[in-house]
Amino acid sequence: MSCLLEMRGIVKEYPGVRALKGVDFDLNPAEVHAIAGENGAGKSTLIKILGGACRRNAGSIRIDGVEVDIDTPRSAEKCGISIIYQEFNLIRSLSVAENIFLGREPRRGVFLDKKKLNEEARAILDRLQVPLDIEERIGTLSVAQQQMVEIAHAISINARIMVMDEPSATLTGHELENLFHLIALLKAQGTGIVYISHRLEEIIRIADRVTVLRDGAHIITRTRNEYNRELLIKDMVGRELKDEFPSRTRVTGTELLRVDNLSRRGVLEAISFSLNYGEILGITGLVGSGRTELLRAIFGADRIDRGTVMIEGKTVRIRSPRNAIRNGIALAVEDRKLQGLVLGMSVSDNITLASLNAVNRFGFIDKKKACAAAALQIERLRIKTTGMLQRVGSLSGGNQQKVVLAKWLSARSKILLLDEPTRGIDVGAKQEIYLLINTLAAEGMGIIMVSSELPEVLGMSDRIFVMRGGALRAQFTRGEATQEKIMECAAN
Amino acid sequence: MKPQRSKHTFLDRNSKPMRNAGEKRRRNPLSKYGIGIILIVICGIFTLWTKGLFLQPLNIVNVLRQISINAILATGMTFVIISAGIDLSVGSVAALAGVFTAHLLHLSGLPVVAVIGIALTGGMLLGALCGAVNGFTITRFNVPPFISTLALMTAASGMAFIICGGRPVWNLPAEFNVLGRGYVLEGLLGPWLPIPVLIMLAIMAGAHVILTRTTVGRYIYAVGGNEEAARLSGINVAFIKMFVYAFSGITAACGGILLASRLASGQPNAGVSYELYAIAATVVGGTSLSGGEGSIPGTLIGALIIGVLSNGMNLAGVESYLQKVILGVILLGAVMLDQARKKST
Repeated sequence: MSCLLEMRGIVKEYPGVRALKGVDFDLNPAEVHAIAGENGAGKSTLIKILGGACRRNAGSIRIDGVEVDIDTPRSAEKCGISIIYQEFNLIRSLSVAENIFLGREPRRGVFLDKKKLNEEARAILDRLQVPLDIEERIGTLSVAQQQMVEIAHAISINARIMVMDEPSATLTGHELENLFHLIALLKAQGTGIVYISHRLEEIIRIADRVTVLRDGAHIITRTRNEYNRELLIKDMVGRELKDEFPSRTRVTGTELLRVDNLSRRGVLEAISFSLNYGEILGITGLVGSGRTELLRAIFGADRIDRGTVMIEGKTVRIRSPRNAIRNGIALAVEDRKLQGLVLGMSVSDNITLASLNAVNRFGFIDKKKACAAAALQIERLRIKTTGMLQRVGSLSGGNQQKVVLAKWLSARSKILLLDEPTRGIDVGAKQEIYLLINTLAAEGMGIIMVSSELPEVLGMSDRIFVMRGGALRAQFTRGEATQEKIMECAAN
Repeated sequence: MKPQRSKHTFLDRNSKPMRNAGEKRRRNPLSKYGIGIILIVICGIFTLWTKGLFLQPLNIVNVLRQISINAILATGMTFVIISAGIDLSVGSVAALAGVFTAHLLHLSGLPVVAVIGIALTGGMLLGALCGAVNGFTITRFNVPPFISTLALMTAASGMAFIICGGRPVWNLPAEFNVLGRGYVLEGLLGPWLPIPVLIMLAIMAGAHVILTRTTVGRYIYAVGGNEEAARLSGINVAFIKMFVYAFSGITAACGGILLASRLASGQPNAGVSYELYAIAATVVGGTSLSGGEGSIPGTLIGALIIGVLSNGMNLAGVESYLQKVILGVILLGAVMLDQARKKST
């Protein structure tokens, strides 16, 4: 029997990173095949290649045993592949039916055949047993409902291969049940489903097979009766933690930061904690648990409703990032390219961006000082550039992250808030970032590190907080935390 | 043209990680000076076409005088566009400032120098105020710059007519009219140093210094390049936006005052479609409409290309309606060429 989908030896290289190192993957009809792996394992890259969103450097893709060339989203669609990304491709101002048939609207002559459009849309939703008003606008729907529309769209193009990228990330318990029901239905109708998730419970529950990726390589594919939770975690984590995370002498000082009762309606719920000099505080939790929002609130990037922030025992009012930076707080955001860096500017301009007030005279930039400051950080952080005038956009992910850190070191921050500091960075560069974080802690900086990579949190932190639903749910010290305990708190 | 930030190059020798510094900067001459080369080619064509008439020194001075007002407006426009905004109100603000200044010049009972001083200050302040209104609505109420400045374009034009009661303001003092018409040291050197050209050069030089050497300039690029990253780096984004629109208002007022001086009258309909030429000069000069990129020298070249085209076509006897068509086509071509070049680097 030939597979529905067969991917062999897929290689993808980005500047400075080898995202996929010859990955094999196959999918049978009427099968749910899960892909598991940590962030940066290569899951997203693999499905982007399958969906034609990016081109592979090597490897072949066969459908029903016939080699196909997928190089655009359109050609993927023609091969019967539909990808449901975390960010939906829906137009908020159009109706459910219009979105399902976007670009393929039934017509009569030059006019839209609205009746037929609605009829066909209704037929698909009925087939999926989804109770949705087809004339409702997308913008008024919940995330779960929008996801259903995406799936309906996939059905409407006769997709036989459906890829779901973290479909459960933003769903509540009840909505998740609906999704599983739908997946069972699709499976019964012969669709092959690729299911990508962090959540092991889900994988164990619905997957017929699971493939584990790690650092861009295929580790193992197991069938349902061969795997269990412990085995999966072991496959995903793989290496011994002690190799990866450099040790350091842990001496934490007096209290540096205290957050009291920090609240933001619907986002953060009465959060209180303190951070000492030289301490690394790990915060973890699922996507949407409020981790990023907590950092942004402390940094003044988002408004807060209640709560106080004290630095070195003094209450400070932080209402904007400017206030925060003046008080020695720095935030290295999760999405460097969108929020952390000005990609069109040079390495040196980015490094000095937050500290120009230290190197100017009456508003004129003292170029000598600015360059010296940038050169100092480039040297110290060993940023690999062709020169400080190189555009930041052309650096590798690891070096971009170093530029972000360099910016905050230049600004003489005392408190460093790190949001997913190693996301999209390859293993070698990760080590360097870890070493750097350790060095900064050793020099007395207080560091709060948000991460979904549990090994990273466990390996780096002095204390670990677990967030769920916008609140701190559990606190562990370095010794007592395990992946299992953390997952337990984070998931339910 | 990429923003030419050559200011760090001197550092090449004293920092280690710079060893390959030249690598990223290496571009072929066409890509680095692309738009400048286009200007030279156009000049060459007109020189041949007009059998050398175009290249007469007096004509070159003439071209500079003709572009001066547009180049001044385009200077403010460059600031706005680098910050990823747009200012459609500059033509109307120029007209308003011109009429208002002319109006103030009719103050009586004061020595003429004082009157001129008051009038110039008043005109410029009004321009700054207009720009501040733009900046305020954009930053405080999140009105898109296109709409905000479009609204002011209409409103400022209306106010210009209201101030003068719909009639041009004539009889301006001769000392004022010198600003737009006169030459420095005319008796000694002849008509070689037109005052408006010198004012243009001074404004552009100042603007260039602001953009390349001050923190405010750096922040303008940062806000235009990535507003959220700028905000999270502690930059006061609202202030930077207020600054660029106020600056654009001031340069628009300067242009309008020079125009009034040149016309020896405050004309309420004087600035019609000036905003489009200012935008054209800026964009032809390599400033990216999506923000974060651009330079004043580029804008000067952009303004020169437009000026040379209309001057040259006049000399060559191209009919005026056809001139407009050709101007449009060539502007489009210049920007298309520039885009293709950017893609290839």
